[in-house]
Amino acid sequence: MQLTGAQALVRSLEEQGTEVVFGLPGGAILPAYDPLLTSSLRHILVRHEQGAGHAAEGYAWATGKPGVCMATSGPGATNLVTALADAYMDSVPMVAITGQVPSALIGSDAFQEVDITGVTLPITKHNELVTRTDRIPAAIAEAFHIATTGRPGPVLVDISKDSLQSTAPWSWPPVMNLPGYRLPAAPDPARIAEAARMLHKSRRPVLYVGGGVIKSGTHEELRRLAEAAQAPVTTTLMARGAFPDSHPLALGMPGMHGCYAAVAALQEADLIVALGTRFDDRVTGQLATFAPRAQIVHADIDPAEIGKNREPDVAIPGDLAVTLAELADAVAALVAEHGEPDTAAWRGATDHWKKQFPLRYTQEPGGPLKPQHVVERLSALTGGDAIILAGVGQHQMHAAQHYSFTKPRTWINSGGAGTMGFAVPAAMGAQAGRPGELVVAIDGDGCFQMTAQELATCAIEKLPIKVLVFNNGFLGMIRQWQELFYDERYSYSELGQAIPDYVKLAEAYGCVGLRCDRAGDVDTVLEKALAVSDVPTVVDFRVHDREGVFPMVPAGRPNDDIVLGPEFTAAEQQAAARREVSAR
Amino acid sequence: MSTHTLSALVENKPGVLAHVAGLFSRRSFNISSLAVGPTADEGVSRMTIVVDGASTPVEQVIRQLDKLVRVIKVVELADDSAVERELALIKLTARPGEREEILQIAAVFGAPIVDLDPESIVLEATGSPRRLKALLDNLAPYGIRELVRTGRVGLDRGPGSIADSTATDHIATTPELLAQAS
Repeated sequence: MQLTGAQALVRSLEEQGTEVVFGLPGGAILPAYDPLLTSSLRHILVRHEQGAGHAAEGYAWATGKPGVCMATSGPGATNLVTALADAYMDSVPMVAITGQVPSALIGSDAFQEVDITGVTLPITKHNELVTRTDRIPAAIAEAFHIATTGRPGPVLVDISKDSLQSTAPWSWPPVMNLPGYRLPAAPDPARIAEAARMLHKSRRPVLYVGGGVIKSGTHEELRRLAEAAQAPVTTTLMARGAFPDSHPLALGMPGMHGCYAAVAALQEADLIVALGTRFDDRVTGQLATFAPRAQIVHADIDPAEIGKNREPDVAIPGDLAVTLAELADAVAALVAEHGEPDTAAWRGATDHWKKQFPLRYTQEPGGPLKPQHVVERLSALTGGDAIILAGVGQHQMHAAQHYSFTKPRTWINSGGAGTMGFAVPAAMGAQAGRPGELVVAIDGDGCFQMTAQELATCAIEKLPIKVLVFNNGFLGMIRQWQELFYDERYSYSELGQAIPDYVKLAEAYGCVGLRCDRAGDVDTVLEKALAVSDVPTVVDFRVHDREGVFPMVPAGRPNDDIVLGPEFTAAEQQAAARREVSAR
Repeated sequence: MSTHTLSALVENKPGVLAHVAGLFSRRSFNISSLAVGPTADEGVSRMTIVVDGASTPVEQVIRQLDKLVRVIKVVELADDSAVERELALIKLTARPGEREEILQIAAVFGAPIVDLDPESIVLEATGSPRRLKALLDNLAPYGIRELVRTGRVGLDRGPGSIADSTATDHIATTPELLAQAS
């Protein structure tokens, strides 16, 4: 059977099990749009290609399946760049398909020609320029294989217009030829056994859990391991939801805006078992002073992450699905043979830290509305039974800190790249992937305005996302840094709370628009917003513009310099610095 | 300067060199020299990459290179068990009276004369990096007008080949822990 390249492309996507493609057509990709019209694929027409990219990411985060986006050559392709960089940093499986000018014109500076494989070289797991029709099925199959296996990531396939238009014989599955792409070797059982012995012996263990646990679907094994080892668990920004926040062993999030108990526990630990995480600077603070007394076990699917920032004592490269299951079994066997690990004093210390230095804010009944209060009410009203998204900044940190996560794939944000404008389109993708679920984007007013145009897409496609705009009239995190580190000189960080009118904006986009500026109204407004099921809803929460995110470890400082913030007395801050209850 | 020599098999496809070079620049690794050429298999090229050991974490380089989809295999060539060669073409101004001395030095180093002009000489020099350095040091007083070098290439000694070596696992674990584990 002969198919055009365009037909082969669409057919390949169908064969890969693709349900949804987020995209926007243009000249070079136009041949591919013709067979799309009659295919089984749902195509969601975005208003900006960046929206397509983030939607593909949101879809992938929410479903665990690869997200697919499509754009034309030149500016269409470059508009995907931010999303590709974001997906690369956060290891999100994604396949981006771009049209390219006809192969005879490549290199001639033709209309809408950009060397997109060159541009995206450092921000994709892999990319390829396809100029032959018969290469299309294999290129697509390889792209999905690479995007979804090993450490996941974005793959871009750039296809010249003439190869979409010409025909070639069709067959499926194509032969993949990837001699340099190897799947990770099985984790070494001897090292797992060693890690288990260390965990069983440790008096002050911490499980430092990253996004890899969610991506490998090993949250059950994690729980088994934590309970067997009686080891406290800290979940990074990428791993919120991998371990229930309500669990007695949960310490919350570590890092720059982590919970005191989590930061202190890592600093005081004698053993850190790092699972699917990469010792990011936002977690370690100043690297040289991070966890000075801890031995390190590091398990990750990407061998290049092991030893990149912190040299481990035991390295376990390989698939966490195997490592975590075997580690949990091994620890359980040691417990059965030798008894419970002796971590009671340590857990006493971490519990004490949780109680003495909790996340603290004050919502006065008649006072300005606090963003933390909105997150806590949302958490209470949804009971963890919602998919929560955020972009980057104060709203993201408040959401990550104060929402009580109960299960994986319910927290989606821009972690490594810190992309403003991520939340609304990513929520669109998440809702498309999980249509029956409550999808709530918590967004800053700065972030929201970067990609708000996708509200139109959501309204037309009947994707009833909720967007809670934490409108403080500022680029809030910038404002906070200027307050703390730039003598309160607020240089170009004020956006103003009144423009745009978010309620009118929402209504103009065919969404429900609501506003709330009083703590007493939060529940009513949230309930109203959560009840809307046919169109998107935008809530303009007029939150206090002076509210900061705390605790905070200033960038580049040791984690021991953690600042609890204005809600704590000087005496409490001193007690925290001395870390009075030490299990040492 | 301590250097490390990496030898890589890569797919012979467009963009591979850009990918490898891009990796080095993105991660702030320094390349001292890079040589690329075909192998007996036309689908595969071989790269020899020399990196400065002081400024570049070589294990990290190897692991990052290994992650590139078009890179089939990477090994580090050990100083004492590898043959390393480089080729240089050296153009000298041969003033009367110096010509004979230059020819003598060339003869000592076994460097053939590949161009002879009344006013200049071009030498072809092949050898280990150390030997080339010695030659250039000897020629320097005569004034080197132009110099072009290929970059180092290398092979492990003995019957083994890069294709036989097992996949790179450079992950460190302490000997004590390994001993305890076994």
